[in-house]
Amino acid sequence: MSNKPYYSSITKKLIMSLMGLFLLTFLVVHLALNSLILFNKDWFNEGAHFMGTNWFIQVFQWVLFGGFALHIVFGIVLQIQNWMSRPTGYKRRAAMEQSPFSKYMIYTGMVIFIFLVIHLFNFFFVKMGWVGNGIPLTPSGEEDMGQLVINLFQHSGYVAFYVVMILLMGFHLDHAFQSAFQTLGLNNKTYWGFINAFGRVYSVVVTLGFVIIPLFIYFKIV
Amino acid sequence: MDLKLKIWRQAGPTAKGQFVDYDVHNISEDASFLEMIDILNDELIEKGDDPVAFDHDCREGICGMCSMFINGHPHGPQKATTTCQLHMRKFKGGETITVEPWRAKPFPVIKDLVVDRSAFDEIIQAGGYTSATTGGVPDANAIPISKENADLAMDAAACIGCGACVAACKNASAMLFVSAKVSQFALLPQGKVEAKDRVKSMVAKMDELGFGNCTNTYACEAECPKEISITNIARMNRQFIGAKLG
Amino acid sequence: MTKIDSKIPAGPLAQKWALYKEHQNLVNPANKRKIDIIVVGTGLAGGAAAASLGELGFNVKVFCIQDSPRRAHSIAAQGGINAAKNYPNDGDTIYRLFYDTIKGGDYRAREANVYRLAEVSNNIIDQCVAQGVPFAREYSGYLANRSFGGALVSRTFYARGQTGQQLLLGAYGALSKEIKRGSVKLYTRREMLDLVISDEGKARGIIARNLLTGEVERYGAHAVLLATGGYGNVYFLSTNAMTSNGSAAWRAYKRGAWFANPCYVQIHPTCIPVHGSYQSKLTLMSESLRNDGRIWVPKKKEDAEKVQKGELRPRDIPDEDRDYYLERRYPAFGNLVPRDVASRAAKERCDAGYGVGNTGLAVFLDFKDAINRLGKDVIKARYGNLFDMYERIVDDNPYETPMMIYPAIHYSMGGLWVDYELQSNIPGLFVGGEANFSDHGANRLGASALMQGLSDGYFVLPYTMQNYLADQITVGAIPTNTPEFDAAEKAVKERIQKLMSVNGTETVDALHKRLGLIMWDYVGMARNKEGLKKAIADIQVLRKEFWGKVRVPGSTDGINIELEKALRLADFLELGELMARDALHREESAGGHFREEFQTPEGEALRNDKDFMYVGAWEYTGDDQEPRLNKEVLQYENIEVKTRNYKTA
Repeated sequence: MSNKPYYSSITKKLIMSLMGLFLLTFLVVHLALNSLILFNKDWFNEGAHFMGTNWFIQVFQWVLFGGFALHIVFGIVLQIQNWMSRPTGYKRRAAMEQSPFSKYMIYTGMVIFIFLVIHLFNFFFVKMGWVGNGIPLTPSGEEDMGQLVINLFQHSGYVAFYVVMILLMGFHLDHAFQSAFQTLGLNNKTYWGFINAFGRVYSVVVTLGFVIIPLFIYFKIV
Repeated sequence: MDLKLKIWRQAGPTAKGQFVDYDVHNISEDASFLEMIDILNDELIEKGDDPVAFDHDCREGICGMCSMFINGHPHGPQKATTTCQLHMRKFKGGETITVEPWRAKPFPVIKDLVVDRSAFDEIIQAGGYTSATTGGVPDANAIPISKENADLAMDAAACIGCGACVAACKNASAMLFVSAKVSQFALLPQGKVEAKDRVKSMVAKMDELGFGNCTNTYACEAECPKEISITNIARMNRQFIGAKLG
Repeated sequence: MTKIDSKIPAGPLAQKWALYKEHQNLVNPANKRKIDIIVVGTGLAGGAAAASLGELGFNVKVFCIQDSPRRAHSIAAQGGINAAKNYPNDGDTIYRLFYDTIKGGDYRAREANVYRLAEVSNNIIDQCVAQGVPFAREYSGYLANRSFGGALVSRTFYARGQTGQQLLLGAYGALSKEIKRGSVKLYTRREMLDLVISDEGKARGIIARNLLTGEVERYGAHAVLLATGGYGNVYFLSTNAMTSNGSAAWRAYKRGAWFANPCYVQIHPTCIPVHGSYQSKLTLMSESLRNDGRIWVPKKKEDAEKVQKGELRPRDIPDEDRDYYLERRYPAFGNLVPRDVASRAAKERCDAGYGVGNTGLAVFLDFKDAINRLGKDVIKARYGNLFDMYERIVDDNPYETPMMIYPAIHYSMGGLWVDYELQSNIPGLFVGGEANFSDHGANRLGASALMQGLSDGYFVLPYTMQNYLADQITVGAIPTNTPEFDAAEKAVKERIQKLMSVNGTETVDALHKRLGLIMWDYVGMARNKEGLKKAIADIQVLRKEFWGKVRVPGSTDGINIELEKALRLADFLELGELMARDALHREESAGGHFREEFQTPEGEALRNDKDFMYVGAWEYTGDDQEPRLNKEVLQYENIEVKTRNYKTA
């Protein structure tokens, strides 16, 4: 073997799955925070303030970015290798996959990436003061992140875009959950049914959670 | 029954191939798929044409030699069945059947439907055995092995090395094949001695040969004529992690 | 007549092998590197021998006809492998395995070889377990056994219904290990087309055809081992794989190696019956099914006729109207009589008009009682994969309705003659596994083929070949530019050209099917003088027709499957005649060879020990000349020769 660093297919996949699981966890935290807005905008703002000032979170967000980056880079490398492994395709190929959304991971992944960038522009970069006109302020003069969210979700086009993006992310998650466990070798007869079911429930709950927030705001249900 | 066949014809490894249409008539429902191709070939020979080259040998589903991609499935549409044991009663009269070779970079086409699967031999050579040499081994009953593990090892060892898993996988990954062999030995005390080196070198060889990466889509398990389970892949992943960590 | 020296070591039977090993010649490790060995075939015998010889340090070149050593037809053996371990404590011993094998072979096998086989059988199981072969186990974690035909003990080790596969993959693993180590060089998709004999009369190499490029290649070595399997495909329909052929052995025969007992072929009683003229092969249902399945035909002829027409379902025939003919005729062994006995009994019933299936050429193998006694789950665990296979092929569910079976050609006990060292009469030419004639006499017991293949490969040939090679260390590398190689290559190329230039009208398969019918009708389960004479005449006619009418399309370059088949059929057309000749000369019934003129009033085989207790080793004397018969007289010093009796224990 040559001296240049060699990442075996399984090593690359392990990195993918570990980062993926990390991102799955992040999504739960993100959703929990977002859902506060359905109950009380102030709670949401407090949450946002905590996330924006706590030193641990401040450090950890860079870890998060790193996780994203690794997940994306290795995902692309694996995908390119996979495309190269079959130079001549089939004329007729039946759908044989037992995890159907797996076929589109690179595409749903790209969509999520684009969404992520837009999302950063809409919120994070605004908060950092890099783009836009700054965050609205509460009557007491504090940053009103909640209002920023509510303002954005007044546009029907944006809501529709957001919902579609989240649904595509849901497809990504549906395959991702069980796949990560399989790659980590955490698959046996006893638990596999549970892991699959849990993954399905996770992706549905997280997707629905992210979807209802803009809809509730737009239709002024809260 | 009468059938239309669309078969990949390719004169040699570097020749450009194409699909050629054939009609076959009066095929019995009780004929096997390969016997149907035999009949076609007899007609081609009588006409002075080159018969379709395809791999086959035991014709009882165990040698792993037969290898056609039929109507979008390796070994055809019937579950847990090799091409040689696929019977024409599984098709409808008048149907068009598309027959292609296995497609994967490490399985280059040699002629028509014949592909080179020596990559699998190379993977086995990288460590798919115990290094016990002839003689000087203990009594067969010296080490008891739980029936459960023996049965699981047998499930994995049932692999016939046909390559359907690679053919089915959208990434042409060989993980099911490799993991079946790794699993068999991981489950047996005789295989544990060399377990770490085995999994590392077999995976490295698999990567080197240009097979794709597993993306856990499980088409392999669905199409495997011997129904090798994807839990073997998980077991190999565990073995691999253990080997790298320890 | 040539005096045959079988090189059986002196001494008591039980010590012959030990004494041989103590006194044989060995090659020192440094010299082993200088010795080349060619192994043709990668089944149990060839694969195991190549791996073991490689481990010892010899340079081995191993050849297989398929794309990988793992495809050899040993892989298809289902039921199991015998060994005298006596793990079940049911009274097995090495002597008993030896005795059963000799008796099962109808007293036509060589005592010393069979005893050695029984002796090393136990080492085989140890070896395979060390290789990680997943044999079936009991809940205790210890190895499980089952019983097979011709034995009163349970001595058969098994890995589901895929024992041959697992043992072969074990040998393939060992071989792969040596290939990686560099001691063994693998040549795939090669077919041996001739044996090369040096000017001093030693086997020194082979001519092989590269099946991908069509190139004719030369390979030299200090010794050649043929492990090329049996010749059952002479019948066209058999349980053998499509590429299984007799050519390597036949080419050796034409170079002077003797062909022993070619008429001894085994007809396996439990195969799926023939169903159409397009059929390409027959599928075996493991003999292990006879452990729990009961074989029967209707007692009343009218019931049989209704079943044949599909007017009566087998399960509607009450027990009292069923004829469990094996249990009736052979109370002690019942459904577990040896294969030749079971096959003939099925033929007898069908010929008498009691057969079932739409052709009347089938009998029932019924699991109704076993399912009632043990439950469907137990039967499924034991035979599930076989039942599934039956259903895939026949489209009937054997859990609901009895299987239909009929005998089919399965194994050839005959083969190239070898001495105790498994060396043919040509020095340096060794023969292992089914390709030799050595251990099964006139009939092979179930689960003994795997035992013999691995015994030859792992434990016999690595010793005996060394004994031969010990004085070859000074010879140096074997050149392939000798006149002998030139002549052999030229002959092969001419034969190929001759075949290509016929350009006739008949396909190879059409001609092969006709040969198969002649063989099945006259040299099959029951033979007689007139039939055999007719077979010889018919085969001679067919052979002429073949060389005048065969059509081989394509070219000699690249893959040409029709050419491969034509080359094999050309040899089968000669071998078939020798089989008929051997069957004609052997005026007795023994094991797989049943002459209708020689039977007891009850229809049992009638041996003639006075005149035929010998191995018939045929010697080639030239095309269109009668071969010469050499006789190796068999001496039984440790076993009392009796009429086989499976009626009482």
